[in-house]
Amino acid sequence: MFRTISQRLLPRCMSMRQKHTLPDLPYDFNALEPVISAEIMQLHHQKHHQTYVNMLNQTEEKFMEAKEKNDLKTMIALGPMLRFNGGGHLNHSIFWQNLSPNGGEPEGELLEAINKDYGSLENMKNIFSSATVAIQGSGWGWLGYNKTTKTLAITTCANQDPLEPTTGLVPLLGIDVWEHAYYLQYKNVRADYVKNLFKIINWKDVAVRLASAKQ
Amino acid sequence: MFRTLSQRVWPSRTVLVREKHTLPDLPYDYNALEPVISAEIMQLHHQKHHQTYVTSLNQAEEKFLEAKEKNDLKTMIALTSQLRFNGGGHINHSILWQNFSPKGGEPEGDLLKAIEANFGSFDTLKNGLSSSAVSLQGSGWTWLGYNKSTNSLAIATCSNQDPLEPTTGLVPLLGIDVWEHAYYLQYKSVRADYVKNVFKIINWKDVATRLATARQ
Repeated sequence: MFRTISQRLLPRCMSMRQKHTLPDLPYDFNALEPVISAEIMQLHHQKHHQTYVNMLNQTEEKFMEAKEKNDLKTMIALGPMLRFNGGGHLNHSIFWQNLSPNGGEPEGELLEAINKDYGSLENMKNIFSSATVAIQGSGWGWLGYNKTTKTLAITTCANQDPLEPTTGLVPLLGIDVWEHAYYLQYKNVRADYVKNLFKIINWKDVAVRLASAKQ
Repeated sequence: MFRTLSQRVWPSRTVLVREKHTLPDLPYDYNALEPVISAEIMQLHHQKHHQTYVTSLNQAEEKFLEAKEKNDLKTMIALTSQLRFNGGGHINHSILWQNFSPKGGEPEGDLLKAIEANFGSFDTLKNGLSSSAVSLQGSGWTWLGYNKSTNSLAIATCSNQDPLEPTTGLVPLLGIDVWEHAYYLQYKSVRADYVKNVFKIINWKDVATRLATARQ
């Protein structure tokens, strides 16, 4: 998933860029039913996420061309496309791993952290849900980890703004509330979608992200 | 549609009486814009989304006035985001329903002259509005607006429900709603097809009227 720039030493230095690719889902399109329909999963993965990947690759290519010409104005102008499509790719790559047909419940260190910072899992879910449902327009609700204060945090990002580059918080669990994430099934009732989403959270993945962030 | 604040003068004190905003009726049936926009979308968009903006706007205004009466400035400020979002949603959608018509048509007269003066041709305007609408990141609107200072037309985008005139000074003539709820049930991820088709149902007489009014 992550891009590596291999620098091969030639008579002059050239940067070799590997393209981003759409990660496979760790389950079938219908695996998250009835919470999220197969139709939504397929569109969300094969159309929306794929488009972010394609546009990210195009943007990076244009950026590198501009860099080679020392065209700073173009490099800067490409910022929003990098942020939007790069963010879209980062966010969705996390999201597919955050979901699972047999998600279970938080345990161990993750549960301890939740209880310490929010009192209880219920309380954390309530705060997380209200913040996410209240997002104006398109965006994501996030449970994140603050490495400085060693605490969990709940916050929201607009559009495809990626959590860590914009806030410094390490993303643990994201809830996508762009209408494409739920509308075909839930129509305007975002609250029902968010409520149901908690049935398919892959808490083991969330725990692994927390453990990595703490290293 | 617009709120009026009535002041009633009594012997001892003046009382501010607020009239609530209401959901305007559509000037056509829910299925009237098919096949461009499905009846299902029109019904949800009007009865759920726009209605929610109206309801939430009324609630926000009520809370604002309560805070004002207590001189609670912090709360008044905190409410501006809800006012902007729901107020903008109500203003924007009220314009949108009038901007549509089953019969569509083409711009004529003064409107067409203005379009040609500012964009060269009607096609150039359509291309400009379309690319803007399709490339809008996230939720928002693309607008054809009128600049009263320069007496010219302009294409502008607003994010979320930011209303055009309060945020840019441009007078809204024609809005293209690209929130996913405006098209997703029918067009899925292909916003470009929705934007292309929407030009078939634009009520150019309404757009012309708005321009004429703005120029007064």
